[in-house]
Amino acid sequence: MLDRAQVLHVARLARLELDDDEVQRMAAELSHVLDHIEKIRELDLDGVAPTSHVVDIVNRLRADEPMPCFPPEVALAAAPEPLRTAAGTGFGVPSPLADESP
Amino acid sequence: MTELIDLTAAQAARGVQTGEIGAAELFEAYRRRAAGEELNAFLWVADSPAAGGSPADRPLGGVPLAVKDLFCTEGVPSQAGSRILEGYRPPYTATVVAKLTAAGAPLLGKTNQDEFAMGSSNENSGYGAVLNPWDRGRVPGGSSGGSAAAVAAGLAPWAIGTDTGGSIRQPAALCGIVGLKPTYGACSRYGMIAFASSLDQAGPLTRDVTDAALLFRHMVGHDPCDSTSVEFPGQVALPVAEDLRGIRLGVPEELTGDAGGVQSGVRESFEATLNLAEGLGASVEPCRLPHAPHALSAYYLIAPAEASANLARYDGVRYGLRVDGDADLITMYSRTRARGFGPEVKRRIMLGTYALSSGYYDAYYGTAQKVRTKISEDFRVAFEQFDFIATPTSPWTAFELGSKTDDPLAMYFNDFCTVPMSLAGIPAISIPSGLSEGLPVGFHLAGPAFSESRLLDVAYALERAIGFDGRVART
Amino acid sequence: MRTEYEPVIGLEIHVQLSTRTKMFCGCELSFGDEPNTHTCAVCLGLPGALPVVNERAIHFGLMIGLAFGCDIAERSEFHRKNYFYPDLPKGYQISQYDQPLCRGGEVGDVRIHRVHLEEDAAKLNHLGESGRIHGSGRSWVDFNRGGTPLVEIVTEPDIRSPEHAREWLTLLRTTLRVLGVSDVNMAEGSLRCDANVSVRPVGSTELGTKTELKNLNSFRFLERGLRAEIRRQIDLLQAGEPVVQETLHYDPRSDRLTPLRSKEEAHDYRYFPEPDLVPVLATEEMIAAARAAIPELPADRAARFERELGLSAERARLLAFRSELGDYYERAVAADGEDPVGLANWIPQLVERIGPDANPAESSVAPESLATLAAMVAAKEVSRDAAREVLTLLVREGGDPRTIVEREGLGALSGEGDGLAEIVQRAIESDPAAAAQVRSGNRKALGPLVGYVMRETKGRADGGEVTRLILERLGPS
Ligand SMILES: [Zn+2]
Repeated sequence: MLDRAQVLHVARLARLELDDDEVQRMAAELSHVLDHIEKIRELDLDGVAPTSHVVDIVNRLRADEPMPCFPPEVALAAAPEPLRTAAGTGFGVPSPLADESP
Repeated sequence: MTELIDLTAAQAARGVQTGEIGAAELFEAYRRRAAGEELNAFLWVADSPAAGGSPADRPLGGVPLAVKDLFCTEGVPSQAGSRILEGYRPPYTATVVAKLTAAGAPLLGKTNQDEFAMGSSNENSGYGAVLNPWDRGRVPGGSSGGSAAAVAAGLAPWAIGTDTGGSIRQPAALCGIVGLKPTYGACSRYGMIAFASSLDQAGPLTRDVTDAALLFRHMVGHDPCDSTSVEFPGQVALPVAEDLRGIRLGVPEELTGDAGGVQSGVRESFEATLNLAEGLGASVEPCRLPHAPHALSAYYLIAPAEASANLARYDGVRYGLRVDGDADLITMYSRTRARGFGPEVKRRIMLGTYALSSGYYDAYYGTAQKVRTKISEDFRVAFEQFDFIATPTSPWTAFELGSKTDDPLAMYFNDFCTVPMSLAGIPAISIPSGLSEGLPVGFHLAGPAFSESRLLDVAYALERAIGFDGRVART
Repeated sequence: MRTEYEPVIGLEIHVQLSTRTKMFCGCELSFGDEPNTHTCAVCLGLPGALPVVNERAIHFGLMIGLAFGCDIAERSEFHRKNYFYPDLPKGYQISQYDQPLCRGGEVGDVRIHRVHLEEDAAKLNHLGESGRIHGSGRSWVDFNRGGTPLVEIVTEPDIRSPEHAREWLTLLRTTLRVLGVSDVNMAEGSLRCDANVSVRPVGSTELGTKTELKNLNSFRFLERGLRAEIRRQIDLLQAGEPVVQETLHYDPRSDRLTPLRSKEEAHDYRYFPEPDLVPVLATEEMIAAARAAIPELPADRAARFERELGLSAERARLLAFRSELGDYYERAVAADGEDPVGLANWIPQLVERIGPDANPAESSVAPESLATLAAMVAAKEVSRDAAREVLTLLVREGGDPRTIVEREGLGALSGEGDGLAEIVQRAIESDPAAAAQVRSGNRKALGPLVGYVMRETKGRADGGEVTRLILERLGPS
């Protein structure tokens, strides 16, 4: 069961703004889905290795050789806020607050 | 014109190669149908085939190709059915599309889909639902619903889509066409806008099995840009089988019993097809996939978890939608994503974020990965005794628009039979096995990794025996 | 009685690898180029783009691991570390988590906990208030740096003082530079250092609550930041207040530490295996190739200087831990290896004259010249004092020490011919009292006599030779 606080916490982690109705609906829907999903926790999976790749391949490595890059106008073509500065053009964003740093 | 539309893609390609058909004429016939369609199957239609060499010299003979929106196509809108990518034109082309174009299948248009491939009805598209050409009050399935509807309705000779948990096979079943989900790694994922990276695979949606084999032949191969892609062993064979002598089909109780809620009409068509298979010389026996009933749960943890990370890049910084850029950073992020993503995408991002979050990882994501191991083991054991596994593709035929949108869990059961193969990374095909109350039913066959050529061969023999007629959807 | 505290310090160092291209794409690495000119679909995080691991980054990672004596993982995997920030285009950083490339090992007297590979973030630049009436200040992202290969080196908490931290980081930097895997330039950000700091009563074996210090991005700031934080923690404990686990930012201008984020906003990175990449298995060939590429490391070089050249441990470390000094010294020894210990004594003299951070190879003193000068001193052709003067001239104008000695008339005076015997005679005559004492066997009285000769010759006379000449005249009878 997910409560309101958990939904809000997860929504913040996922950077999704939810209004009150959405929070309520999300709590109900996710709880319903999780109720079903929870059944796998009853399986005896002791000693079972997790699968993160279905194909058994390793060491896909790339030679350290340069490939062509995008010209800056291509890189910035879809930017919502191309920001011209003395140094060149960057992707403009609101300045992060101190407590938003990684 | 009607004559051109009645040809399969392989027949049309041969026609162009022998000079009986003009490639430009063929393209224009389909372009006009695609541009004037009323199913909302296309989000963008080309004006003309991209310039290139002579189509007659190339293996795909200039037969135009419909491409699911989520494949990146340089300079052409590639929005993955999402408003967050509205109008986005990428600066590069997906490997699979580039390969098919080079092989002589020019881009006809981009097809509608569930947003970021999350859905089984195409009702989650940011650009409106797609209608099923067999009954416009019903869904075409999803997430490759636009591709399936376009091929079924004769708006495109053939199409490509992607399958994460059933997104090629289920719409193919609901639209009465052929859909192949290849072995994971057979086709490059480079340039395919990701839903769940460890499950996503590109594959063909076609009018018949021969078309599927021909298109698939030119999709496969290792791509240095996709570390998870592998070289396909040998060339994909075009199907020729006349009968099924010596073929052992396993029918898993877990996926064909009552748990999946299979409709009676679907069950009848499935059993009739098994009888046909026996008549062609195949043996049909029950088999066990003990963990298959848990596949759906594992899938709905793994896929959303991967999606929650894959969709983090839609943040209003480099491309796509931005909302409230004057607000502080976290508000800009949260509102951009709130406005840009639809309800189902938000639900899955929330579910996936929760499943990975501190304190829940082992219980959810970690457990799901172990279930995935058990499911692969189940298949490995089953394939020691059987050549292929048969199930219905979808428990249901096409359902009415809006009939399942209020219950996400019920919607998820669309994938009950297709998800186990996705988790195991093995190939599976859906072919039309007949009609139930005027709606197509899909027959689903799965084989071991890289068994596509044999799988297509078996499907081909069955297709001939079934003699499905899809013309009514093409009017 | 007041409790004495000792600091316990562990470092986390991020090093940009000097590959040609980025960690997961073919964009060429750059520094100082026009913004957003080194990007592609992969490092911009465009929809549908996929990463592919740079082979040389793995090779460099293995070289580092082998050089540190780490256990190389048979199988290592990349994970996604999820968080939102404008400099992180995909919304996750591809990093290694529970299966790093290397574990264990040591560098000098500090144990290594782990070494892993990851990708660097892009550069976020701040414009400050934009002049907009509403809304926030603006920043802008330059993705040129985004995706540069990084190794993260995490030490065990074996460091016991800020000075120790500084000295050890110098050794680490030299080791990485000798390996040729990085420019290790702190000013340009190719070596970045964070520290975990706690304090505990001397004698205690338990660890206190630690804080994490960020932005210690020069040797000076490392030392000063650590000192400030150790002081702060001891003050807290002595005032009976607890140390709170938090991340602090060191501002070198104010010498102050400020908390980086509120505790409620604890991060939840939701690590999970990167499905777009396959595991890396370090094969025997890969390990052999990495091993073959490792040159002699500073610690080994110091040991060799001690063992083969007879240097003291301290002098050997001084030369070996700064590879440019070691290289210069070895070239000088190659030119004249007669007296390596004597030659080694001249390196600090040279450093004193060219400045502590200069590379002697780039000075006007050729290593061969220094070797010649040292040999001339050893052969008593020039006195030690005069040689120092010659060295000053060599630093200033270069050239051959013999020519300078000749030109400046700095050659050592000897008994024959140079008039040294006459000066010695005068010294004895000028101080009969001292002469008498020497004659009676008091060698201490030699001092004033030798001093007289040195004054008269302006240091050109060899002290040993002068003593010999005095004793020749005054006994010991
Ligand atoms: Zn790049």
